[in-house]
Amino acid sequence: MPDRVLVVEDLYTAYGLSQVLFGVSLGVAAGECVCLLGRNGVGKTTTMRSIMGLTPPRRGRIAWKGQDITGREPFKVVSLGIGFVPEDRRIFADLTVWENLDVASRRQRSGGWTVERVYDLFPKLRELRDRQGGFLSGGEQQMLTIARTLMGNPELLLLDEPSEGLAPLVVEHMTEQIGRLKREGLTILLAEQNVEFSLDLADRVYVLEKGLIRYEGSAREFREDESIRHQYLAL
Amino acid sequence: MPDPSFIFAQSLSGLTAAMYLFLIASGLSLIFGVLRVLNFAHGSFYMLGAYGAYQLVQWLGTGHGRFWWATLGAALGVAILGGLVERLLFRYLYGKEELYQLLFTYALVLILSDVAKIFWGTQQKSVSRPPGLTGSFSLFGTTVPYYNLFILLLSPAIALGFWFVLRRTRAGRFIRAAALDRETLGALGVNVDRLYLGVFMLGSFLGGLGGALVTPVKSIVPGMDTEMIVEAFIVVVIGGLGSFWGTFLGALIYGQVLSFGILFVPRFSIFSVFALMAAVLIIRPWGLLGKPLK
Repeated sequence: MPDRVLVVEDLYTAYGLSQVLFGVSLGVAAGECVCLLGRNGVGKTTTMRSIMGLTPPRRGRIAWKGQDITGREPFKVVSLGIGFVPEDRRIFADLTVWENLDVASRRQRSGGWTVERVYDLFPKLRELRDRQGGFLSGGEQQMLTIARTLMGNPELLLLDEPSEGLAPLVVEHMTEQIGRLKREGLTILLAEQNVEFSLDLADRVYVLEKGLIRYEGSAREFREDESIRHQYLAL
Repeated sequence: MPDPSFIFAQSLSGLTAAMYLFLIASGLSLIFGVLRVLNFAHGSFYMLGAYGAYQLVQWLGTGHGRFWWATLGAALGVAILGGLVERLLFRYLYGKEELYQLLFTYALVLILSDVAKIFWGTQQKSVSRPPGLTGSFSLFGTTVPYYNLFILLLSPAIALGFWFVLRRTRAGRFIRAAALDRETLGALGVNVDRLYLGVFMLGSFLGGLGGALVTPVKSIVPGMDTEMIVEAFIVVVIGGLGSFWGTFLGALIYGQVLSFGILFVPRFSIFSVFALMAAVLIIRPWGLLGKPLK
C-alpha cells in the first residue's frame, strides 16, 4: 500500500541476550486503526518500544511519513508526531492529574490538544485534576495515560493493551473514547489480547506470535475466520 | 545549669552551621533524587567553590560588591565544571551498580583534590568578610556577626525559592517527573538528557555556592572536600535521600546535635552525630522524611 504513514520492516529487537522480535514487518495507513493481536510475551510491547526508540532494534527499519526514524531518541520520535501509551500506564504517582498532563504538553507541535479539550474527552479527569496520580483507580489511570499522551499532539497513537485489567463497563467506555479519537482522524496502532475489544475498533489486524507476524488481514476477514483465531489466540 | 545566653549562643552557631550544610546537602540530595547517582565528588565541588571565590577575590580585589561577584562567579564556574563532568563522564553511570558509581565518584574526589593542591598549594587561604557585613550586633548577650545573620536569612530564602520552583513551575514539574520515571518522561517528548544536565549543574551550583559563602568564616584548606561530603552525607541520610524538606530538617538536627554535643562531651562531638545517623538507619533506613525505595 502506497499511503502507509508508518512502515516497519524486518525488525529484530532484543533485551540484552533475550531476543524478542525476529523480523516483524507491518504498516499503518493514515487514519487507519490497526490492531496487533497476540498472547502475552509474543512481542507486542517490544514492537511498540522499538518504534518509539525506547528499545532500539538490532536490525530492521522504521519509517514515519517516508523518514527513517530507526533508533531515534524517544523525545525526537514524539516531536515527529508519534505518541505512546504504555501498557503499565506509568502515571507519575506524586504528580496531580493536571501536572501529569502538563509535563506531556508539547506546545511546539500543532494539533490543538489542550488540557481543556482532554478534559472534554474524559470529563472524569476534570473532577480529579488536583488528585495525585497514585490515588486514581485503574480505569482513571488508563484515561489519564491516554489523555497525557494526547497532550503531545500525536498523529499516530501507539496504544499498548488499553483494556488490560479494566472492568467490562470501563472497557466499553474506553472503546467509545478511542472510537471518537479515530473518527477525529487519529491514526492508531493498538496492541491487544482482547479480541472483542480490538475488533470493535480495528480496520485491519496483524497476529503476532513468537516475534513474527503470522497473519495479516482485514478485521472482517479475521472475525469470520474461526480457525485463525483458534490457532494463534487459543480462544 | 548552664547560662541561658550560652545555650542561645550554642544553638545559634548550630543553626548557622546547619544553613551552610543545607545549601550544600540540598545539591547532593537533588542530584541523587533525580539522577539516582550519589555524587561523592559533591564535597570537591564545594571545595572548588571556596578556592574559586578566593581566587576571584584575589583578582577582583576586596572593594565594595567584589565579594558577591566572586561568589557568584565561583558558583557558576563550579556549575559549568559540573556540567562538563556530567556530559563527559557521569552519563555513563546512570543505571549502573552503586559500586561503580561509588568508585568513580571517589576517583573524581582524589583527582580534584590533587588539582586543587597544584593550583593553590597546601597552605590555608582565607577571604575577609564583605564590606558592609564586617560588624556584629548583640542579641541576648551573644555577639552575632552580620555575616552570620545574612547566611541565616539567605539559606532559608534559597530553600523557599527552590521549593517554589519544584512545586509551582513547569521546570519543577519536569524535575519531579524525571525523579519518578525517566523513561516515561522521555517517551512523552521531554529531552531527559538535557534535563539531567540542568539538574546536575543546579546541584553543583549549590555545592559551589556553599563553598564560596563559607570562605569568610572558615579557612580554605585541602581536606575540606572530604570533611564536607561526610557531613552532607550524614545530613541527607538523616533527612532522607532525595527529600527536599528532609535535607532541611537533617541539616537543622545535625547543627544542633553537633553544637550541643560539644557542650556535653567535647571530645566526642562528632560521635553524637554518627550515633544519630546510625539510629536513623536502624529505625527508618529511608530517613526521617524520605520514602522507602520500592
